[in-house]
Amino acid sequence: MRPAPFDYRAPDTLDEALAVLGDAADDVSVLAGGQSLVPMLNMRIARPDLVLDLGRIAELTGVERRNGVLRIGAMTRQRAVETDPTVRAQLPLLPAALRHVAHLAIRTRGTIGGSLVHADPSAELPAAVAALEGRVELRAAAGARVLALEDFLLGPLMTARAPGELLAAVEIPVPAPGTGWGFAEVASTHGAFALAGAAAVLRLDRPGGVVEHVRLTLLGVAGTPVTPDWVAPALAGRPPAEEALAEVGARLRDTLEPRDDAQVSAAYRRRAAVELAVRVLRDAARRAEGQAP
Amino acid sequence: MRIALTVNGRAVQADVEARRHLADVLREDLGLRGTHLGCEHGVCGACTVLVDGEPARSCLLLAVQADGCAITTVEGLAADGRLHPLQEAFREHHALQCGFCTPGFLLTADHLLRERPDLDDEAEIREALAGNLCRCTGYHNIVDAVRDAAARMREEAVGG
Repeated sequence: MRPAPFDYRAPDTLDEALAVLGDAADDVSVLAGGQSLVPMLNMRIARPDLVLDLGRIAELTGVERRNGVLRIGAMTRQRAVETDPTVRAQLPLLPAALRHVAHLAIRTRGTIGGSLVHADPSAELPAAVAALEGRVELRAAAGARVLALEDFLLGPLMTARAPGELLAAVEIPVPAPGTGWGFAEVASTHGAFALAGAAAVLRLDRPGGVVEHVRLTLLGVAGTPVTPDWVAPALAGRPPAEEALAEVGARLRDTLEPRDDAQVSAAYRRRAAVELAVRVLRDAARRAEGQAP
Repeated sequence: MRIALTVNGRAVQADVEARRHLADVLREDLGLRGTHLGCEHGVCGACTVLVDGEPARSCLLLAVQADGCAITTVEGLAADGRLHPLQEAFREHHALQCGFCTPGFLLTADHLLRERPDLDDEAEIREALAGNLCRCTGYHNIVDAVRDAAARMREEAVGG
């Protein structure tokens, strides 16, 4: 399989890339790590006139901490995020989720920004970033705007990115000390697309105390990651005991509406998501208590 | 476009169309046919090569993206007429039958053992090899071979 012919540009700076994008009258595909785009080119599902490769733009890579926020350049490779010491120390949920993103040979090329822009509903990164209340910075020739990830992801493979915009960075607020986390998914085999998955962060008001902050995000159960807004009020002020977590599970069972697909039934997906949600809340609570690494 | 690569330690240049992936350039322009193409959409792992020391699918990398990179293919594993310890172990453990998937497994395992020379746990080896598919021998012998090669490489490191 060979891609259809296309023009190719690989500018060295973001400004140049934005100028190319602004001038392009034709159908442009933006190439980040290529682990989703190149298969589509190979199979000729995508036949762009122009491929704009961001791989030479150094300013789009790297991790830096600024005012309590980790800013990760959109072109930072997934493997680099997974192994970054600052990320591992401040946002351990991210490497835990990344371990499930395909295989190492994909993560060495795939980028954090590429995964978010691709917006696959069964992808791990969008769910993990949503659980962490991440934001995306979009740049255009005319200026920049910042969107919460939930406002950026509109549906399966659909985002709020305008034609002249590029995703420049992901910003994730560093959780307060003592915040626990959990991540789990089911897939047919390690590295395969998740059938369902869950990510959670949870903080107590004091050791052995009650829930002060909690956020649960599910993947694979709808067109975008699902972060139910009722979970925090349902658990706030209560100890994270099994009974409380089971109530969350029961309400999820009643409200989630996944679809049947070629792999599994909606009923299976719902059961898996409920079980995984309870599991990650439990894991996050244990870590908040300091009972798990 | 003119690109420059270092392939198995040798500097090479090639004129490539932007739409061609690295696997085709390795095989067709450079004559390195040890890199095999299976699925051509990143699932099977047969075309795995090392790009600047890290494994990558050469079917999901346009050759122009690799401009300036150092590439290692299966042809680069043996040195001075001696098989790499992984190649020796694959042969002894009957870790290949038709051999189509073998180059991808070898390069994935080579990177794995350089990152984790202490590796001995079967579950960890299986997770690390999960991105490479084999359709004839199955995985038991491949896992055994990687584990054995890790032990041999540790011995050699101590001995050397």
